[in-house]
Amino acid sequence: MVALGEVDALFDPGDAVARPPRAWAAGRLRSIAWWRGIVLVCTGAFFLIPLFAALRFSLESFSGALTFSAFTAIPTQPGFTAALSLSIHLAVVTTLITLGLMVPTAVYVHLRLPRLRPIFDGITILPIVIPPVVLIVGVLQVAPTSLKGTPYLLALVYVVLAMPFVYRSVDAGLRAIDLKTLVEASRSLGGRWPSTVWRVIVPNLRTGILSATVLTVALVLGEFTMASLDLYQTLPVWIYNFFLSGNGHVSTAVSLLALVVTWLVLLVISSFDLRRIRRMAQARRDA
Amino acid sequence: MSPVRAADSQPLGRRRARAAFRAGAGILPFGIYITVFLAVPAVAVMVGAFRSPSGHWTWQNISIATHGVYAHGFVMSIELSLLTSVVPGVLGVVVANAVLTSRGRVLRRIVSSASGVFAQFGGVPLAFLFIATLGTTGLVTDWMKALGFDPWNHGFDLYTFFGVALVYTYFQLPLMVLVITPALEGLRPAWREAASGLGARSWGYWRHVGGPVLFPSFLGGVLLLFATSLSAYATAEVLTSGSIPLTSIQIGSFLNGNVIAGQQNVGKALGLGLMVVIAVVMVLYGMVQRRASRWSR
Repeated sequence: MVALGEVDALFDPGDAVARPPRAWAAGRLRSIAWWRGIVLVCTGAFFLIPLFAALRFSLESFSGALTFSAFTAIPTQPGFTAALSLSIHLAVVTTLITLGLMVPTAVYVHLRLPRLRPIFDGITILPIVIPPVVLIVGVLQVAPTSLKGTPYLLALVYVVLAMPFVYRSVDAGLRAIDLKTLVEASRSLGGRWPSTVWRVIVPNLRTGILSATVLTVALVLGEFTMASLDLYQTLPVWIYNFFLSGNGHVSTAVSLLALVVTWLVLLVISSFDLRRIRRMAQARRDA
Repeated sequence: MSPVRAADSQPLGRRRARAAFRAGAGILPFGIYITVFLAVPAVAVMVGAFRSPSGHWTWQNISIATHGVYAHGFVMSIELSLLTSVVPGVLGVVVANAVLTSRGRVLRRIVSSASGVFAQFGGVPLAFLFIATLGTTGLVTDWMKALGFDPWNHGFDLYTFFGVALVYTYFQLPLMVLVITPALEGLRPAWREAASGLGARSWGYWRHVGGPVLFPSFLGGVLLLFATSLSAYATAEVLTSGSIPLTSIQIGSFLNGNVIAGQQNVGKALGLGLMVVIAVVMVLYGMVQRRASRWSR
């Protein structure tokens, strides 16, 4: 199967280890500085102006005055709480199934079937190969009617969508610890399997599991394709339908809020990582 | 082989088979899940592509899917994917390089976490962002009007091919930055110093050293962007309400019930087509990856 080493970078919410580049020649550096400035300013403008435009649009009232009414009005919009609640339910169910399925599998593969690891890297990347719109066509074709009648069919399929991200996060966590030694130590101290998993493996995989959770939740809260084609009003579908019914200001406000919340959560996770890295570095210096 | 040995190896083989079976049991839940929710639906689409609504085998769907408006959809999808993988791909390398060679650590942290968010960002909110920016009454449109130039009067239209391409850049460029940064970090400063010691200017360095080393990773990144673009649905759907013929949107419209009688399975043929295009791209990607790993060794 295809080796997708580079894709790993996508699933790593932590920042790349910053390595200061060496100045090769002072003169060259100065000549490079101006084009770098232009590139960075243009890129910054391209990414920030739309955010600013959306913010201004959502703060604008019909008379043109600035007001927070689009934001304060969000909770009382018809259908909003139902859509939000459905999205949160789906996020919780998806996360539970995903972790329950992928963490034991990844641990098992690392412990017992290390030779199969490249194959697992390949299998878990498959959902990226099959477009969601094609997958949902197939799922709706084969799913029994009883499953089609419930939104939780979406959760079951989201597990597949989240799989590449989750497997990679957990796999990276497993690679960073000496799993075999930990498990042997726990077993020789008389720990049974459940307590080994719960008290030894899971705490050591905390960061990996946490980032997997964030990615899954972000994915479920933002997923539009499958939910809209399965005709369920999750949050993104509601935002779109609400927009179609002529409420652009509120829709844009909700979109912005969703983006900011996702960003904050990712920042929290990456700072969590950072603190751990710093503590490890401190411990190494003390030793 | 003597009969005695054969008799000896028999129980050993059986024991091995049993051990392998037991080892396999641990990955059984995962295997079942993947089969039920990934393999079976994918196969259902492939089989459905060759079935008439009444259940007979037929080439009819494939034939419809490769002609007329649907053939146009494939061409448009592939063109859009090419455009939105190559241009953001090149820009992504430039931006990542600008960030990496800058001194500010804070800048790098911000870019790294922002790329993570923006690369995941897509769908409905993204479309709104650009409607508020470059729509008929968008912010930038207003700015340009104030300068006496209304882009909408000069052939610009956000809800067309190039508009969608511009919007896709918003998540494709950060994706490229994420993917190419490790490769750029792999360029050793010593190479640069050696090149400059031999009299190479910046262009010479990129032409003879940096470029060739980076190229396999670059192409791999571009192929990934291509696949992402090809399977994108939400942004284009919200932005254009399905008015530009992209294959993913055409597939969606089959599920939405806009179906001519007798053509119910054409959507599956289109799905099969997308899978074939992506499979070809992934095979290319695999070949490129093998080349790339030769360099990193």
